[in-house]
Formats: sequence, C-alpha cells, structure tokens
Amino acid sequence: VIVAGSAGDVLVWIVWIGAAFACLASGVGVVTMRNPFLSALALIGNLGSLAVLYLLVSAEFVAAAQVLVYAGAVMVMFLFVIAYIGPRQETPWAGGPTWQTVGAVLASAAIFLEIIVVIGLKAGGRLAHSEHVNGTFGSPGWIGRLFLTDHLLAFEITSIVLLVAAVGGVILGSHTRRHDPGMR
Amino acid sequence: MLGPGVAWYLGVAAFLFGIGALGVLLRRNPLIVLLSLEIMLNGANLALIAFSRHAHNGAGQIFALAVMAVAAAEVCVGLGLVVAIHRRNLELDVDRLSELRG
Repeated sequence: VIVAGSAGDVLVWIVWIGAAFACLASGVGVVTMRNPFLSALALIGNLGSLAVLYLLVSAEFVAAAQVLVYAGAVMVMFLFVIAYIGPRQETPWAGGPTWQTVGAVLASAAIFLEIIVVIGLKAGGRLAHSEHVNGTFGSPGWIGRLFLTDHLLAFEITSIVLLVAAVGGVILGSHTRRHDPGMR
Repeated sequence: MLGPGVAWYLGVAAFLFGIGALGVLLRRNPLIVLLSLEIMLNGANLALIAFSRHAHNGAGQIFALAVMAVAAAEVCVGLGLVVAIHRRNLELDVDRLSELRG
C-alpha cells in the first residue's frame, strides 16, 4: 500500500481496507451459504460495511439511509419471511459441477472483467484526481435541497413506485388467502 | 480526497456486481436470488456514489437513493410472491417454477 501522506490518510486507508474486505467476504458468504438465514445475516454485514465505505466518500445521508432502510426495514422483512417459510437447506454444489454451474461462473466472471475493462478504457486517465468538496457535500440538508429543486420529478415518481409496490403486496397476499380458506 | 482513489471503490463495486450476478445465476432458492439481487444493486450504488464524490455532483447520490427506494419496492413484491408460492405448497425452486399459469 502506497502511503505518502499524513496520519489521517493512513487512518482512512486502514478503515477502507477493513470495510472493503468485510464487504467482499460477506458478499461471497451470501452467495455460498447453504442456510438462507445465514445468507440474510451476511447481507446485513455487507450493507453495514458498505455504509462505512459511503461515509469515506462523504455521503453521510446515503450511509444513514442505507442502515435505516436496508439493514433495518428491508432485512427485517427478509428475516421474517425466512422464519415464516422455515430454513430450507440447499446444496448448490452437491454432485459435482454441472453445465449450469460452469456457465454461471463463466458469465459472472465475464461481467466482472467487462466492467473493469470498460472503466479502464473510458475513464482510466481521469480517475486519478478527484474534485475537492466542502463540508456540506452529502449532508441531509444538501440532499433535501437537491431533491426538492433539481430532482423533484424523481422524488415524486419514487413515491408512486412505493405506493404501487405496497398495493401489489397487499393484492398478492389477499389473493392467496382467498384460495386457501382453511389456512386460518 | 484522503485514502484510496475512486478506482479502488469502482473495483469493489465491480466485484460486488459480479458476485451478485453469480448468485442470481447459480442459486435456486428464490430468497437467495433476491438477496444476490440486492448485492448487485448495492454494487451499482457504490459506483454511483464514488463517481458522485469524484465529480462533485449530487446527481449520483440522488440516483443511489432512488435505487434504494426501487429495491425496497422490489423486495416487497418479491417476498409477496415467495409467500404466495409457499402458501400454494409449491416447491421453492426457481428452476422448477418455469410456468406462469395461475
């Protein structure tokens, strides 16, 4: 690791390495765990370490929203459904590699290499020097001002998307209950 | 910008997207497919926020927040489908759920 700077630079590097390795390891854990419950717990770790990475690029409000919305609300919903269905073990690698396994590994490796190559070709020379930011960058007030001025349409459409999803969830639940009168 | 440059963040984001794609293609439990989809969305979010910091432009963070709201909506509908499949006593396996008949 090339460290040519103050003690703050070294500290940020240390925090970044810890958060990035936790992020990658828990991401691998989500995909490889057999028990869905453990996968969901690994995803909570992934979201938390991503929030640390967001803080390092001065996106304070997004980091807070990540912890509240994702690691709080969405993951509680996931854990509730997993507990409702019951933990079902799945053995994805039992019986040797099939053509599906080999194809999936090749396709995802191709996606990874394609992203790296495209970023290197299109933005490789311009990534070295970032702009300087002031203290208000990423703060809740700044985000709120952007949402209610420049990005008002996105804000309103987001509320419509959430409303439609909530209605869809209710319809999915009530439809199955009508077909199974003996459930309750 | 203290610490690592934006290229390091983009590398982590690309790896997250790749491992999420691997999970979506490989796993057969629809719950774990949804979890892997969340990893893919978070990889895209990390790239958006890193570029937002790099270019000093707030649109990346706004887009990341919109992606989070869409992910919450997707989880709502996806988990509703999983519960509906479970109530009909069908097997939770995306390879076997290949027909959309009601």
